[in-house]
Amino acid sequence: MVTGAGHRSRGERTSKLSPAAWLYVAAVVTAAVAVLAQALGADPDLDGPVGQSWTMAVLVLLFLICDSTPTAVASRQSAWSPSSSVTLAAVVLVGPVGALVVGATSLFSVRRGLGLTQRVFNASMYGLSAWAAGQAYLAFGGEVGPPSHSSFPGIIAPFAVAAVVHVLINHGLLWGMLMLVPAAEPGPSGPALQRYLPMLALSDLGYATLGLLIAALWSVGGAFAAILVLVPLFVARWAIGQFAAQERAYAATMAALCQAVETKDWYTRGHSERVSRGSAMIAREVGMRGRRVEAIRYAGMLHDVGKLGVPTTVLQKNGALTEEELAAIQLHPMRGLAIVREIGFLDEALAGIMHHHERMDGSGYPMGLAGAEIPEFARVIAVADAFDAMTSNRSYRGARSIEEAVADLRKWSGAQFDPALVEAFVAALRREGWEQSRPATVHPADGVAQPDHDDPAAALRAVDSK
Amino acid sequence: MSRTTAVLGEPAQGESWRQAMDSGELLLVAAAGMLVVAAVAQTAAAGLVQPRIALAFGALIALGEVLRLSLEGGRESAPIGSAGAFAYAVVLTVGGQPALQPALQVIAVVAAGMVLGALPHLAAGRPAGLARMASRLIGVAVAAALFRPLSTIVAIARPGEWGLALALMAVVLVAGWLAECLLGALISADALRARFRVALWDEMRVQLPLGAAVAATAILIAFAADMMGLAALGVFIAPLLVTQMAFRRYAGIRATYLETVRALARVPEVGGYVEDGHARRVGRLAVLAGRELGMSEPQLLELEYAALMHDIGQLSLRDPIPGGATVLASREQQRRIAELGAGIIDQAGVLDGVAEIVRYQSWPWRGQERAPPVGSRIIRAANAFDDLVGASTETSRTMAALEWLRLDTATEYDPRVVEALAQVAGRRHRSRR
Repeated sequence: MVTGAGHRSRGERTSKLSPAAWLYVAAVVTAAVAVLAQALGADPDLDGPVGQSWTMAVLVLLFLICDSTPTAVASRQSAWSPSSSVTLAAVVLVGPVGALVVGATSLFSVRRGLGLTQRVFNASMYGLSAWAAGQAYLAFGGEVGPPSHSSFPGIIAPFAVAAVVHVLINHGLLWGMLMLVPAAEPGPSGPALQRYLPMLALSDLGYATLGLLIAALWSVGGAFAAILVLVPLFVARWAIGQFAAQERAYAATMAALCQAVETKDWYTRGHSERVSRGSAMIAREVGMRGRRVEAIRYAGMLHDVGKLGVPTTVLQKNGALTEEELAAIQLHPMRGLAIVREIGFLDEALAGIMHHHERMDGSGYPMGLAGAEIPEFARVIAVADAFDAMTSNRSYRGARSIEEAVADLRKWSGAQFDPALVEAFVAALRREGWEQSRPATVHPADGVAQPDHDDPAAALRAVDSK
Repeated sequence: MSRTTAVLGEPAQGESWRQAMDSGELLLVAAAGMLVVAAVAQTAAAGLVQPRIALAFGALIALGEVLRLSLEGGRESAPIGSAGAFAYAVVLTVGGQPALQPALQVIAVVAAGMVLGALPHLAAGRPAGLARMASRLIGVAVAAALFRPLSTIVAIARPGEWGLALALMAVVLVAGWLAECLLGALISADALRARFRVALWDEMRVQLPLGAAVAATAILIAFAADMMGLAALGVFIAPLLVTQMAFRRYAGIRATYLETVRALARVPEVGGYVEDGHARRVGRLAVLAGRELGMSEPQLLELEYAALMHDIGQLSLRDPIPGGATVLASREQQRRIAELGAGIIDQAGVLDGVAEIVRYQSWPWRGQERAPPVGSRIIRAANAFDDLVGASTETSRTMAALEWLRLDTATEYDPRVVEALAQVAGRRHRSRR
């Protein structure tokens, strides 16, 4: 379904479901069973269109083929398949109850790693959305049975309403489930499913029209038409799968390259990854939307890439810095910008990388911007960056606890950080928690005693150069 | 610089379509133009058959041309336009009435739709893409020329005989698609100096998924038009739009991916480990040499990634090698850098082939227990060449570097790779002159 086939969360063990989620699943399943029982009670001998066993058999087979070959969408937790076109064809050919039965056969689709609870939930969800679409179709004057010449164009309006209802119910029910079951692996490695929902809803609507074609061609060619209809469906499925695979590969490559950046310094292991996550947490908290969150995620990941332009001997220097060495460190945001400028990013992300060491009071670098002059992305990254530096181990001090770090953020809020963003971060921390960096167990042979440039407590200071 | 700079079909920027056009492309466009002139003249003389149907299909084709999308390797596709055009070529009945357009009218209507749809692209300053349009048009012309006469001779439009009609449509559409691929391969073989067989294979691989969707949609429109009339066209735009959107996003993320790797490959340069522009030059050289050796596009992409990232292992060194030129570093150190680099790329978990190429880049091509992959051999030679020549364009320096490489072909550098490099370098010098 397009919805249907929608997205389901896969691979989550039932034991992880909260009581609320159990209640939700039970409610959906009960509703589906009640609708089916009521329909069967009204038509005990199956005299209606549902009784056309040949049509039903072909529809169920088509549905199962579509539903058994889903595409993983985001981080393999959810999958999309174009089976909604079959359910909507069933709405026209065999009516709401028949469509419900077709959708409910999702219980038997051939997919590994799908628990019984999920199968039952999916089947009920598809069944309910198909039935509701069927009711909408009838309510707007649609007629059940293979369409003929005279059915067009009158059939288009009720069918469109049915398609919209189908998408709404499918996505709505699934969205409720996602709200109750937190994603198994949050974080920048897998783009959140929510990002894909609008695109998938649109695909679902597009493919819904194929449902009308399956129905229209039924009287001409029967199953043969359905096979042809499957071809564009599978091409779209392939393209969406390719897109998702590329996007995952992209995120993984980016993370690996950023790790390479960090091999220069033992103590900053995983720093980029955590700053990326923290920046995204703040961005979501202050209400940024999909694309901007994605951009800030990458900006956070790449914010220190310019440190590579700083000679390793300076980064790992034991003791105080000369003026030139200090200047080299203060230039790293600019060098970072020089590297990433050619990536087709939002300009905002570039500004975020360049200005992430500015301070609200204007005493930061490289430009000395103050207050609202500092781009929003840079203010966001600055908070996440400093917080991770404080909660990580450094050679000259141990990691501070989250509470201490929050207290410090608040202490410098206003002078160094944007107070609104600090509070947003604290709120997000409360809700989502924070995975602190593990203490570095291996110390490089030649100890690193240079205070971290990200650490607000260890401000950069130069000694007199000779 | 001429089109030798086009890496993986990415056209050199700032060139207008006129300069970018090859003699082969000109020939193709001229042939298509003559065909169109003949078709329009004939149609004008005989009068437009069933203008309402022609208008509807023409509008769909124009819309499809406006929405055309670029595929990997600088290719283009207009799935909606092609589906409309092929459907117009094979449609038998519209709303119960037989469709009577002759083949030349199909060509005229399709050409008119395409030209109309290309105008917004021109207005926006994008290239018209005449060569690709010409190959799409000729593909449709082949299908129409085969099917339209047939539909009048054999009575395939009779109800109940859809089996025969379906089979004929499928054969004709495959023929049209093959013609289009053949022309597309000719264009890229000519423009990129790829081998024709490899180019054809790449073209078919890229065009197959959309081609299948287009053909199936064309047949469906042709059948659905019998019952739904011209409404079938409208109903069909939506699903193809979705397919198109998915392809567009796929192409977008592919481009961003390459851009990012290109940008991050500069990291060792900014860090002072490597000479400026080294990664990019080695990437370009490696791709050109790989194409010379007949590698396919997926292999070339992997090779380009590996070439761009081949020095990433240097980041793990505490002190830069003087000048960053690995060609002069000890074998021990070269191996360590390669290992470290491969280790970093392995982390990603999605670029295993790339990591493999990077890992063996320091191996001599002969005398090991196993031969290093071709990609590694290419990068080894291209890296040495660039370390010796750098950004310099002097012929004498290029020649000296090639000579240096040739002296070591017994064990160090694969002679086939060195000759491919010589070809590439020679071409570059000729095109500069």
